[in-house]
Amino acid sequence: MLRARNKTGLVFFPAFDWAISPTHPEREERLLYTQDQVFEEGILDIEGIIEYKPDLVTKKDVQRVHFCVPDLWAVMTESHFISAGGAKTIAMAVMEKQVDCGFALVRPPGHHAGRVVHGARGFCNVNIEAIMIEYIRKAFGVDRVAIVDTDCHHGDGTQDIYWHDPDTLFISIHQDGRTLYPGTGFLSEMGGPNAVGATVNIPLPPNTSEEGILHVIREAVLPILEDFKPEIIVNSAGQDNHYSDPITNMNFSAQGYAELTSLLRPHIAVLEGGYAIEGALPYVNAGIILAMAGMDYSHLKEPDYNPERIRQSPEVTRWVKRSCEKVLENWYQRRQLGELARGDARLIQRDRKIYYDTDNIYERQHETLRVCEDCGGALLIDSAAQDRKHILAVHIPRKACQHCHDQGLAWYEEADLEVYDKVYLQDRAADVMKEKARSA
Amino acid sequence: MIIGLDVGGTHTDVVLLGKEGLVRQIKVSTNPSDLFATVLNGLEKITEDVDPGRIQRAVLSTTLATNRIVQQRMPEVGMIISAGPGMDPELFRTGPHYHVVKGGIDHRGREIAAIDADEIHKVVDVLEKKGIRYVGVVSKFSVRNPAHELAIAEILGKRFEKVFLGHRISGALNFPRRIATTFLNASVYPIHKDFFEAVVKSLAQKGLKLPIRILKPDGGNMRFASSIDYPAQTVLSGPAASVMGSVAFAPQSDTCMVMDIGGTTTDMAMLVNGVPVLDPAGIKIGEHKTLIRSLDTISIGIGGDSVVRVVDGKIHIGPDRMGVAMAYGGPVPTPTDAIFILGIGEGGDLEKARAGMKALADELQVDVQTAAQQVFDQACQTILNEAGAMVERINAKPVYTVHELWEGSRLQPRHYMVLGGPAPGSPRVSRVWATARWKWCRAGRWPTPSVPAWRGQRVR
Ligand SMILES: [Zn+2]
Ligand SMILES: [Zn+2]
Ligand SMILES: [Zn+2]
Repeated sequence: MLRARNKTGLVFFPAFDWAISPTHPEREERLLYTQDQVFEEGILDIEGIIEYKPDLVTKKDVQRVHFCVPDLWAVMTESHFISAGGAKTIAMAVMEKQVDCGFALVRPPGHHAGRVVHGARGFCNVNIEAIMIEYIRKAFGVDRVAIVDTDCHHGDGTQDIYWHDPDTLFISIHQDGRTLYPGTGFLSEMGGPNAVGATVNIPLPPNTSEEGILHVIREAVLPILEDFKPEIIVNSAGQDNHYSDPITNMNFSAQGYAELTSLLRPHIAVLEGGYAIEGALPYVNAGIILAMAGMDYSHLKEPDYNPERIRQSPEVTRWVKRSCEKVLENWYQRRQLGELARGDARLIQRDRKIYYDTDNIYERQHETLRVCEDCGGALLIDSAAQDRKHILAVHIPRKACQHCHDQGLAWYEEADLEVYDKVYLQDRAADVMKEKARSA
Repeated sequence: MIIGLDVGGTHTDVVLLGKEGLVRQIKVSTNPSDLFATVLNGLEKITEDVDPGRIQRAVLSTTLATNRIVQQRMPEVGMIISAGPGMDPELFRTGPHYHVVKGGIDHRGREIAAIDADEIHKVVDVLEKKGIRYVGVVSKFSVRNPAHELAIAEILGKRFEKVFLGHRISGALNFPRRIATTFLNASVYPIHKDFFEAVVKSLAQKGLKLPIRILKPDGGNMRFASSIDYPAQTVLSGPAASVMGSVAFAPQSDTCMVMDIGGTTTDMAMLVNGVPVLDPAGIKIGEHKTLIRSLDTISIGIGGDSVVRVVDGKIHIGPDRMGVAMAYGGPVPTPTDAIFILGIGEGGDLEKARAGMKALADELQVDVQTAAQQVFDQACQTILNEAGAMVERINAKPVYTVHELWEGSRLQPRHYMVLGGPAPGSPRVSRVWATARWKWCRAGRWPTPSVPAWRGQRVR
């Protein structure tokens, strides 16, 4: 009988009845052919591969991560409750040791959704990985988590959520932001002043192939993971690095993805993007499942796979090598860089503009962070979306020190309700989420 | 009138049914090397003094194919497999005559690699040289496009006695199961052919020209003539037949759990609005996972005649059976004896039942009455736990649309239909079992599976 070496959980939720719009890449049949391939290969019959029905996340699961504007119901659809729920189901199965690892093949995706949500960006409304991670931190006491985002787009939403969190290592590998949405994710983006180094961006030039991406995993990602020592490794498993993907310019393959997975050995993989729904996804997903299960994937190749045709140029190889060296250099200097960033400031401010391409919303954020050596630091976000709502949001980190906790509560108490449509509190230390508004 | 004929490995049962019900019932022994004589013998006895014109049809079932698979007594068959990219097809090898050839079809049914006729000609020569007479041909995604299977079949021509093509066996996607199912069809073909010819010839000899149906494991039946092309569809039809028997009496709305408590086992199935729940994938027989559609049934090793023992101060029931209950002269105490002692049954020898239970009671250091109560409760609890687990498993079946996940209701049996098994000597005892069980369930001791918190919330 066919048996998986690693017990592997799967949630398969193609949401055959949900789309952003009828012609959008994020539409009903995106996972149809993947499902056909997985079913036809008989993968679900393999002993040790266990399919789970997705749970739904709760309102509180979402509020632990996001400030939803104007409210949760405007941001979440039924599909989002399920896709985040699918990730949560896999995480629970892993934490309860029913399986060694698991893959949530769900849609809609989430890695472009940041902490404040006024609408959809990059096909994402809420960040399903972050919702899952903050749930297992609460329910199972997990502390150190690493997220490796291998989607072709910079995982800017995940980066935003964990920007100030020294206990979450976020590594994003993606096509250079100068050539692709969302235009961020440069080497210099290394995390907020209290968490310098915990964000690692590895931008790659267009046409990077198997050789380049696997080099990054071996030479940069694995050493950093080794050093960071996470309890849980999460892979945001986007598949749009594929050579046939219609909206990106990379040259990765099903074999490459399977090898990446077996090198990375994530506890939890969550599907992100990937829009070559016929030519790539069926083979890539089947390959990732087999790699997670510790089974032979050497026969899983796209019908038109030709490693010669997608081989990267020597120039790309040099670029990638140099990037990896720089990434490691930054990693090893992260403490000094952090001290530099903090200086002797007590509060550090930052202004940002965020564009929601899917919903065409412009947001302006003014962020205030309490500089802290002992925790992630209390965080205050003043956020206004053009022609929409103006809110104030207070985030108190999970392991907040007393000073940061007091500061956060004071910010929430002192907020002027005449100025803001709504004021939010995310007190992660107490696991209390609150909001208030002036009475109409 | 209807003839029912069930050919088993050792016995053949034949019944004659009329409007009034069972008219006649006989049992003859099966002679596997002369099925014609067996069937003819059965038909002769059942139709004695009956006007052939009054017989309208015959319904058959058989365990001949099942037994061959379970006992692994199958002829050598050849398999020709074309897989294309994906899992290594060697993983699904069925035996020594398994040949993987070129060719590939993708998930949309498009050809991604052509087959190579020369290669297949060579495979044919090899199979022929080995004396292979039955061949299965399976290509990946053949249900999306059977072109490669058909082309290979064309090359095989008439050089083999029978060729089975994967896409004809089932429309479902599952390449390894398609291989296994095609393989099993080819493997049981010869025994089924013997059976088929025996039935056709003996009916002809008796001058009976009847429509003939044969039972399938999904509770349906097929034209006997078609069974020659789908012989593996005749396996494991027994459990489905007893479930289908209950459908007529089940509530036509709501969910009903059917429990068939026999002598050795208790078989269970779920009916939703009078329709039995199907196994989502297909039947598993021996080591073979197949695409043969079947009802979702489970069988547990507790029945009215199960052996009851005390081991380390704990009651153990089954899974073995050593004979009838002591109340009927059997060798060891059974749950049926417990029922007699509790006064819910009548008709057997109460003293013998008590004598058997006394030995258990002594070991448990309780009186006979208490021991009987404990045995009865434990039998019921075990059956209900398994039933609860089955309900949970069916509810956990994944769905793939927002609508189904959001609106999909959980199945929760509201009715329990208990069928007494064929307790030898006393149909009454089984009815008592049934009544007792029914009361037990009604008493509210049915374990209610917990409902996940989110179910209670209305979103939006
Ligand atoms: Zn990325
Ligand atoms: Zn992407
Ligand atoms: Zn602090």
